[in-house]
Amino acid sequence: MSYKFEFASVLAFWPDFLHGTWLTVQLSFLATLLGFVLGTLCAIGRRGHIAWLRRLCGFYVEVIRNTPLLVQIFLFYFGLASVGLPMHATVAALVVLVINVGAYTTEIMRAGFDSVHPGQLEAAECLGLSRPQIYWNVVLQPAMERVYPALTSQFVLLMLATSITSQISAEELTAVANRVQSMTFRAFETYLVVAAFYLVLSFAMRLGFWLLGLVIFPRRRQLGTAL
Amino acid sequence: MNNEFNANHLIYLLHGAAWTLGLSAVGFVGGSLLGFVVALGRIAPSRWLRGGVMVYVQLVQGTPLLILMFLAYFGLSIAGLDVSPLVAAGLAMTVYASAYLGEIWRGSLQSVPRTQWEAAECLSFSASQRLFLIIVPQALRIATPPTVGFLVQIVKNTSLASVVGFIELARAGQVINNALFEPFLVFSIMAVLYFALCYPLSLWAHALETRLQVGRRVPLGT
Amino acid sequence: MTDNVPIVRLDRVQKSFGAARVLDGVSFDVQRGEVVAIVGKSGSGKSTALRCIDRLETIDGGQITVCGQSLDSPSLDLRRLRREVGIVFQSYNLFPHLTVVQNVSLALRKVRRKSAAEAATIAQRVLQQVGMADKAQAYPEQLSGGQQQRVAIARSLAMEPQLMLFDEVTSALDPELTGEVLQVMESLARGGMTMILVTHEMAFAAKVANQIIFMHAGRVHEAGGPEILAEPQTPELRRFVGNGL
Repeated sequence: MSYKFEFASVLAFWPDFLHGTWLTVQLSFLATLLGFVLGTLCAIGRRGHIAWLRRLCGFYVEVIRNTPLLVQIFLFYFGLASVGLPMHATVAALVVLVINVGAYTTEIMRAGFDSVHPGQLEAAECLGLSRPQIYWNVVLQPAMERVYPALTSQFVLLMLATSITSQISAEELTAVANRVQSMTFRAFETYLVVAAFYLVLSFAMRLGFWLLGLVIFPRRRQLGTAL
Repeated sequence: MNNEFNANHLIYLLHGAAWTLGLSAVGFVGGSLLGFVVALGRIAPSRWLRGGVMVYVQLVQGTPLLILMFLAYFGLSIAGLDVSPLVAAGLAMTVYASAYLGEIWRGSLQSVPRTQWEAAECLSFSASQRLFLIIVPQALRIATPPTVGFLVQIVKNTSLASVVGFIELARAGQVINNALFEPFLVFSIMAVLYFALCYPLSLWAHALETRLQVGRRVPLGT
Repeated sequence: MTDNVPIVRLDRVQKSFGAARVLDGVSFDVQRGEVVAIVGKSGSGKSTALRCIDRLETIDGGQITVCGQSLDSPSLDLRRLRREVGIVFQSYNLFPHLTVVQNVSLALRKVRRKSAAEAATIAQRVLQQVGMADKAQAYPEQLSGGQQQRVAIARSLAMEPQLMLFDEVTSALDPELTGEVLQVMESLARGGMTMILVTHEMAFAAKVANQIIFMHAGRVHEAGGPEILAEPQTPELRRFVGNGL
């Protein structure tokens, strides 16, 4: 193999990589937050009494989970622009990511809600708590505790999936990589460097979620049960 | 453009869908073979082997598939090999699938009750006999629902092969859209075709789960 | 409310689960301040009858009146009614993610709308009453079954209900732990609380109850004071008591 690896020209672009990373982080953070709220509300909708809401949430979840993110992005960004609703690429990226992760979060939270023992729901009802009060005070925290590993894994997958938004030129890390490799002609080295950035981000996210778990689950912190 | 979306376009899309299935098969078969090695490596007695395989899994699972595609595409050309998009995409999908399938199957192998491992040992089976005659058949049952669930992920993720130029369904759709400039129509049809490929698999995975009454496993993905 | 209106009245109540007729015309009254023990074999319908009183199950026929309100009335405010009825379950059903004091004060704050300070005071008082004040900051998983059940009683008690229901609350406990729970229930009874208990503890029922109802095959087979256990009139009750259950 006569190829000589050369990283210097690629690493010279480190400010650009950092900028791209920053947008990746922002997209991931916002999409995680909003997606979690959307997914939780949808999970509640799917378990509720209103039939049409149950069907709507179910439809939303199945459509999103059975189509690729790339197609969802194209449809949203190019499709809406063509019918008179153009928008900034970053905004479109965020909206699609929220809708996408919301569907997966719905199923995770649904499993979490279902795992709460029905006896506790009975006890809460018999104490006179209303349905929203029961969800907020009795169901939500134990459900989240139960599915926390699945939730955090899903959000890390979301961060990795932000790379796909490079296809509509959102200026996140992968888009920066595409630009850098076209300028340095060192494609392999560029993507290797960027892979390293993503690995660091994955690790940092998992660490962050672990710390967050200690904060929002005081029982775990006090009793020392691993999460 | 005075072209309307017609039967020819649909046939072109269906052709792309066939390639989607083809690439999915390559990814699944290759990923399964390599994934099985990964699973075995993760439960091997040697600590070095276990650690090394775990590093491999962490590396692959911590990198976006799109980046893996680029690395395969440019890496193969550096290595002086023929760089057809199919080969590059196939390699990337294989590596990607091997890490996730390996973890799924490791979990399944470890779910087989300890008592089975011990019983097989007491019956004087060799390590490989124990594995292949006793443990793997039982693990297969447990592994089937999440494996089928991951197959859905594979089919969807073949769409990324379009970025390295492989003409599967997503690329076919882009090509047609570039000719017709009807993104809403073309991409909607594309979505419907993907849905038609993936939804039956999702239903099957769900049915398998219900039948096996394994604890509900929620598929993650994008 | 006049003194001779019963606080709970079941009138020819019927209930089926699918094809199985679980309650087949159950009628009885409970007066204010009375302690009623419902006994019978497993499957006699006693737990179901109790659960129907707090509308955890709906009935197919007959009528149930609680605190002057009929349970099938369309204008029934179930949440308001449930504030007046406390229920303690066999599996305690404490909220695992909350401490003991948080478990007890949750409904006080959210349903009775007490301030945090008021809720804390009341919680302290009832926990002291059941002997669990020193475990206020513990989580349920750190407690024994008997301790958890006492917390569950405190949780219902804190709401100052007019009536308390006990659904086989000692059945899941190891024998050495039932004593502490029965002690709490006895002191509640002596304090004048209206109680309906479904129980297997015959000696306890004979000691504490004003009225004992023996249910068999979905019907009230015999009812009366504790003396019916000593002098059973029907062969079924004779067999039941004779088995030393």
